Amino acid sequence: MKEMLIILFSVVLIDNLVLSRFLGVCSFIGLTKDLKNAMGMSVAVIFVMMVATGITYPIYWSILEPINLGYLQTVIFILVIAAVVQVLEAIIRKAFPPLYKAMGIFLPLITTNCAILGVMLINIQEIYNFGSAMMSSFGAGIGYMLAMFLFTGVRSKMENADIPEFMKGLPITLMAAAIVSVSFMGFKGVIENLFG
Amino acid sequence: MKNKNSLLYEFLKGIIKENPLLILMLGTCPALAVTTSAWNGVGMGIAATAVLIMSNVVISLLRKIIPDKVRIPAFITIIASLVTVLQFLMQAYVPALNASLGIFIPLITVNCIILGRAEAFANSNSVIRSAIDGLGMGVGFTLALFFIGSIREILGFGTFFGIKMPWITDGGLQPMMIFGLPAGGFAVFGIMVAITQKLNKRFYARQPQAVMGCAECPGCINAQTAAVASQVPENLGGPKTTKVVVPETLKEPGVLADHKDANKEESEETK
Repeated sequence: MKEMLIILFSVVLIDNLVLSRFLGVCSFIGLTKDLKNAMGMSVAVIFVMMVATGITYPIYWSILEPINLGYLQTVIFILVIAAVVQVLEAIIRKAFPPLYKAMGIFLPLITTNCAILGVMLINIQEIYNFGSAMMSSFGAGIGYMLAMFLFTGVRSKMENADIPEFMKGLPITLMAAAIVSVSFMGFKGVIENLFG
Repeated sequence: MKNKNSLLYEFLKGIIKENPLLILMLGTCPALAVTTSAWNGVGMGIAATAVLIMSNVVISLLRKIIPDKVRIPAFITIIASLVTVLQFLMQAYVPALNASLGIFIPLITVNCIILGRAEAFANSNSVIRSAIDGLGMGVGFTLALFFIGSIREILGFGTFFGIKMPWITDGGLQPMMIFGLPAGGFAVFGIMVAITQKLNKRFYARQPQAVMGCAECPGCINAQTAAVASQVPENLGGPKTTKVVVPETLKEPGVLADHKDANKEESEETK
């Protein structure tokens, strides 16, 4: 249990997916203009990340690794993610229309989101067991959501600010991201203090 | 530069005018993550350029064979295979670089520059032009990564390509660790984008091209978003309330290329 909590806290706060690992930066900048988009994308990322980990983890350790085809992981994982996204989209549209309304439009964008493939590869690299891998994916998704929400708030404040002409648009957004990232540096050491 | 059909134009456009990283905002993740040193930045740039040229050539050769409906999965598979080959080569010949780039080598697969160029250019142009386009875009990406990496390495660690800079370390100026950390990456990247946009306005006398970003890259839009948007029933309210709705100009494959041509003409007129 303690190990699970350590993984959860470290992936959400210290190794935050967006702000310190730099995975999913594109959607972090592209979709944080309003809370609704940020929310839909985050829910979709958490969902796909969990399902894809649940599929790719057994594929790697029970099929690819025993027959020494571990190097095919990139090709296999990206195809699994693409297939998962397609199937999930069809299932959710039929079975859970409200959920589809909230996140359906974001599902196709996820195939090429580096956050998903990145987390799959990290889970394999870190040699987690299955439970830890699922917890790491869940935590990474929560960390992504946290970063998206915080940044949406920061950007909505920036709308009315008086910004120098040459920094308008993208540059000031990136500078704001730098400051949000600095705030996450404050969590360094939180694990040692919480769990000894 | 005058003749927009020349191969030289295809090569040069990737460097400032349509710089994939600083103007089109494609491939931001590796750009921020691996640029803690100049050598890492250049290594990442060269790796991505190699995959980009190869994928542009292969996709351009296969463009009449791949059916339109499954082209995105086909492109992704081609790119993933090329990335796997590259990973083997790097493990064998530059193991140190491979270790420091780590997970971002396999992540070249989902780098939007590559899928974006495959969809917007290689899918509708000849082999030679596609290769030149890949080379130009790759050089633009590498240059951008080199500048970001150099600034972060010099200011953050007081070295340049691993060589100590005496006037920083001995001149009483302490290296500022923040530039080596994630926060510094965002800040340097933001300043680089501001400078490039300024240069672009000055040399091409026009507003920079609208930011595409990975969420709206042509690869994602044409294949799936458009299909989804057309399938969502009105009462679910999906497409009309979200900003991912496809711009009218981007709905058809290949339109993006024409769109850019229109911009080129415009810029020449303003000259």
